[in-house]
Amino acid sequence: MFLTIDLAFIIEKLILIVVVVSASLVIAMYATFAERKVAAILQDRRGPNRAGPFGLLQPLADGIKLFFKEEIIPNFSSKALFILGPALAMLTAVMTSAVIPWGDKVHFFGRDISLQIADINIGILYVFGVVSLGVYGIMIGSWASNNKFSLLGGLRAASQIISYELAMGISLIALLMITGSLSLKEMVLQQQAGHWNIIYQPLGFLIFLICAFAECNRTPFDLPEAENELIGGYHTEYSSMKLGFYLFSEYINMFISSVIMATLFFGGYDMPFVNEASFSPNMAALIGIAALMGKVVMFLFFFMWVRWTIPRFRYDQLMHLGWRILIPLALFNMLATGGVILYFHK
Amino acid sequence: MNITTLAFFLLSFIAVGSAIMMITSKSPVHSVLWLIVVFFSISGHYILLNAQFLAVVNIIVYAGAIMVLFLFVVMLMNLNAETEPIKNYRLQLIGVLAGGALLLVLISAIMRIDVEQVVQMKTGDAGLIKVLGMTLFKNYILPFEISSVLFLSAMIGAVIIGKKD
Repeated sequence: MFLTIDLAFIIEKLILIVVVVSASLVIAMYATFAERKVAAILQDRRGPNRAGPFGLLQPLADGIKLFFKEEIIPNFSSKALFILGPALAMLTAVMTSAVIPWGDKVHFFGRDISLQIADINIGILYVFGVVSLGVYGIMIGSWASNNKFSLLGGLRAASQIISYELAMGISLIALLMITGSLSLKEMVLQQQAGHWNIIYQPLGFLIFLICAFAECNRTPFDLPEAENELIGGYHTEYSSMKLGFYLFSEYINMFISSVIMATLFFGGYDMPFVNEASFSPNMAALIGIAALMGKVVMFLFFFMWVRWTIPRFRYDQLMHLGWRILIPLALFNMLATGGVILYFHK
Repeated sequence: MNITTLAFFLLSFIAVGSAIMMITSKSPVHSVLWLIVVFFSISGHYILLNAQFLAVVNIIVYAGAIMVLFLFVVMLMNLNAETEPIKNYRLQLIGVLAGGALLLVLISAIMRIDVEQVVQMKTGDAGLIKVLGMTLFKNYILPFEISSVLFLSAMIGAVIIGKKD
């Protein structure tokens, strides 16, 4: 059998994938730590400070604890699907990182390496597709648990994610009308040359932000795991590292949606008021990554800030907000954007 | 054999295999999950034909929305292999007849295929979003607009039904 493969290309992409995925995992790990610290600050406590200096080894300790916990698989569950659930949740959480431009290109060993795993011309649709698959991990796990509370949590998650996907999609259409491109790289380049998209699409960003909260199952939209009515929601029956995967995938989702929001609306790896072209390519890439990470940290803090400030919605309020407020608003935003583009012949 | 051919055979194997699994598995939830695998492998085929837009829309619409609803309903009805009643003889006969008719149609369609016309692997641009958009908005603008109005009215209809307090 004869296969024609560009070996250097494969190695380059493999290294990039390993770096991106492990970086996402490490950042999500420290997001769990940051969440506890932010909660502590907002509630006037100290937060975790025992493991390592300033409690910095706390996520590691949490991970080790979860690994050594007893693994319980319910007797009447379907075992393969019970394991597939958290695995899918983790997989779909990480998959989105493939199309995100993490920076411009770097120059190593005489090769220009683009800091993006795949620059496909349907980038944003790919993100949307993977996000819409994210619900399967929760649904399969909740059904396989063979537990009424789990099933209710899973059904809540499914209906919530489907409802908010609609408003999210419509707000994205308005953005696409301005950028005229579906490639995330192209969008960043446009914003680097001109203005950030947040200036053109403030309402679209607001809708997208709310939908991102709902898609990540974050408070105030964390109905699928509302512990005072559903025990643990979809992960009631899970223990050990499988539970850890579910909880962890929420933080990866948070990280990825922060990156997406930064890329779509806040210029991605564009550092404001700095001309990247005046630096060497590697330096410019470094600045770009730092700028993107700075924006992401702000979004992550916002996610946590909201969680520890705003109480949870009731389920009918959640559906009301999604269907009767966000969708009409998103439609209006789309119409207004179209009108403005038509009027100015942009 | 190059990597495209290899991918084609792999995807076809997965598609046919999971389609068979979907029909033969006893539990409806498993059937739905196998069907999702079928959609994924078909999306892979679209990518091989360079129709990226079609591939990703296939995933968003079928795997991401319609199959979630299927799964939703099947899970709510709590269908199990144990509680599933055995279908009577007449229903089975009707099923065989309907399936056979579909098979006949498919076979007749396959028989008419022009074998000389080779599929454009990786090269055709008919499925790219730019070409597709130009075709839709230039040649088929009226049907496109009508169907989009239909979708919009379906969406507003859902909101109105939800409003009935």
